Amino acid sequence: MCALMADQSLSRPRRMEGPPVRLSVTGARKAFSGTPVLNDVDLTVREGEVVALLGENGAGKSTLSSIIAGVIEADAGSMVWEGQSYTPASPGDAISHGIGLIHQEMRLLPDLTIAENVFVGRLPMAGGRIDREQMRQRASEQLRRLGLEISPDTLVRSLRVAAQQQVEIAKALTLKARLLILDEPTAALGRDETDRLFAQIGQLKQEGFSFIYISHRLEEIARIADRIVVLRDGNKVAEHSTAQVPVDQLLRDMVGRNIDRLFPHVEAPRPREVLRVDGLRSAEGAFADISFAVHEGEIFGIAGIVGAGRTELVRSIAGADLLSAGTVTLDGKALRLTGPDTAIHAGIVLVPEDRKGQGILLEHTVADNLALGNMDRLGKRGWLDPAKVREFGQRMIGRLGIKGRPGQQARYLSGGNQQKVVIARWVARAPKVIILDEPTRGIDVGARAAIYEVIAELAKSGMAVVVVSSDLEEVLGLAHRVMVLARGRQMGVLDRAQANNVAVMALATG
Amino acid sequence: MSSSTFVASAGSDSRRSIWARLLTGSQGPLIGLIILCIVFSVTSDVFLSARNFLNVIDQITVLGILALGMTGVIIIGGIDLSVGSILALSCMVLGWLPQDYGVPFGVSLILAIIAGGACGLVNGLLVTRAKLPPFIATLTVMSVARGLANLTTGGEQVVGYPDWFTRLATVRYLGFLSATVAMFIVLAFAGWIFLRYRGTGRSLYAIGGNPEVARLAGIKVLRLTVWVYVASGVLAGLAALVLSSRLDSSQPSAGLGYELDAIAAVVIGGASLSGGIGGIGGTVVGVLIIGVLHNGLNLVGVSPFIQQVIIGCVIAVAVTIDKFRRQ
Repeated sequence: MCALMADQSLSRPRRMEGPPVRLSVTGARKAFSGTPVLNDVDLTVREGEVVALLGENGAGKSTLSSIIAGVIEADAGSMVWEGQSYTPASPGDAISHGIGLIHQEMRLLPDLTIAENVFVGRLPMAGGRIDREQMRQRASEQLRRLGLEISPDTLVRSLRVAAQQQVEIAKALTLKARLLILDEPTAALGRDETDRLFAQIGQLKQEGFSFIYISHRLEEIARIADRIVVLRDGNKVAEHSTAQVPVDQLLRDMVGRNIDRLFPHVEAPRPREVLRVDGLRSAEGAFADISFAVHEGEIFGIAGIVGAGRTELVRSIAGADLLSAGTVTLDGKALRLTGPDTAIHAGIVLVPEDRKGQGILLEHTVADNLALGNMDRLGKRGWLDPAKVREFGQRMIGRLGIKGRPGQQARYLSGGNQQKVVIARWVARAPKVIILDEPTRGIDVGARAAIYEVIAELAKSGMAVVVVSSDLEEVLGLAHRVMVLARGRQMGVLDRAQANNVAVMALATG
Repeated sequence: MSSSTFVASAGSDSRRSIWARLLTGSQGPLIGLIILCIVFSVTSDVFLSARNFLNVIDQITVLGILALGMTGVIIIGGIDLSVGSILALSCMVLGWLPQDYGVPFGVSLILAIIAGGACGLVNGLLVTRAKLPPFIATLTVMSVARGLANLTTGGEQVVGYPDWFTRLATVRYLGFLSATVAMFIVLAFAGWIFLRYRGTGRSLYAIGGNPEVARLAGIKVLRLTVWVYVASGVLAGLAALVLSSRLDSSQPSAGLGYELDAIAAVVIGGASLSGGIGGIGGTVVGVLIIGVLHNGLNLVGVSPFIQQVIIGCVIAVAVTIDKFRRQ
């Protein structure tokens, strides 16, 4: 707490000088059905400044940005926008003041063109008809400003995620937004795309635009932010007047305790080979000529930028996608993979990257979700014994330290606990190979450490573990060896000793 | 809240009576049913009699059997618009083959059920192989099956079945149980056991919850989906036998609009059209609500047109209440 006070006092003199304040929030407070989610939070954003909002899920970042963007109303507190008192009645009101919120999940209409999306709800009219010429012109102006060479007539559906995000930014710019709130903007971006986004932010900053930047990724924040505000449990716990803050300091701020080691100690793998793949080629052309082996107790990392074919590769090994060539050998026996069920019965399981879309049944109970994939083991001859299902749920909840009850709907669990449910489902089968695709995407720092702990534990028990991640820190922190993919090709396998950011990125972009 | 998914309720199974287990997730509709019965008991002197009760049960058998199949289809997130037409086709197969080709009645009985299953198979293949949305797939089969039903006899009805066959619906054993009603009860119980205590039945809920999650968890989603539509078709074939037995005749116009009644019954019983939620207990209550409504309104002398209006309103109210209850 003392360190925190010092930080605040440090930033105070700077507030006196500096460029003019664009937005100031004072004492913002919000509670949902009696549970406080935001307590007296202050926030100041100046012209041409990027303020990073940092905190775990549930810390209040989204609530605060929603209040600023007029999505929800604060219970108490006041805001001043460009010198005037500001209480937005609706998102539309916030937009007309010049505040644009760019969501984590895209809010575009996929079957309309870029131009139509940019102007949706306020289509320029001429003589009772839509002025398509003006619409296209103004849209392409903004696209060019962002350095995008795409026609405004392109359907949004056909754009990559990164390009869709740029359309959102272009939309905000045509709305004359002067403050952009970016919520986890890089979650789905590759390295090049992130670089481009940062370049754009840098340029817009020069032009006087202000940003509130919400992210989990600490190294990004160091690159892009001018100041850092850390929230925890709805309170502002720290404010750093520079982005050059040691990572462990930020982690301590966010989690409220010391995280000595984010990554657990992993033991050396044993020599016996468990999984071997030879000359794998995707039926859809996502990858080709992939060969590697994973040993007992080994954590094998797969790195690469988005679109390198990592997810497609591991899905194929787990039987979820089709292979057109190559063999998957498990314990010396070649497998004939016809679907996820054959892989599962052979002993290869997958924790998929898209937890909500592929991993967990949100509307079903935790016990239900745990029983899924284990039904053959919870009764005899196809019968299901409810007592066993309940007891099994209870046991797995205990084993992985899941915070939840067997009868609770999965949607009410935090992301980290949902992920643990998916992992627990497979751990119960004692598989030979467990593949985790983006195991900590969208999961809090605190919960991440717990998941890493579980992964290390699985390796220790003798499983062959494959971890795919866009978070380089994660792959390097966990894996014994790292394979790097680029454009569907295997660029190399690095030992733990050789693997570092530079070496991996050189291969991934090479 | 989550009571109609499986394990939440199974969690406390051992401590609950069989009645509580049977009605899991359908307490709301059940209360509605009881209220209806009370209202009709007060407004009509005939409603609350053993004889009328047997009437209602007889009247709901056909709809009830269709609704059992529909429950499975809706749980996996599908819809089956073809059951009314399949029922008509099976009815016609039953009567037409012996009449025009001298096929032994026992054989045509089997063929009628097979015809239902075959239509269901087409539904299943259109959904899983041709990847048609279930609405479209079953809409096409609805049209084709109705057309075929008319083609058999050129739109004519077939009258007159063996005595033993019509007696299935008319003779009451033990004073109340006709063979057709017994069949419905057995089928409903089997369906309930299947959805509740079989791994495969449980898998249907997972498919309805999210087919990709189910597939990645090792469930053979496509195969099960085909079987669910086949089951729905076979049940429509069985319902055809019940109807033909009761009417002592087969008509190509039989079962017009029954698919919508079946969907209504399942939904009133608490199932979600987006899949993953529902159960036999709720469906049976839903079927009873529709049956009691028709019967009671008839007794009170409400015109059939007003009955349609009332049933529409009941569906809206039931689903709205259910929605709020789940939140």
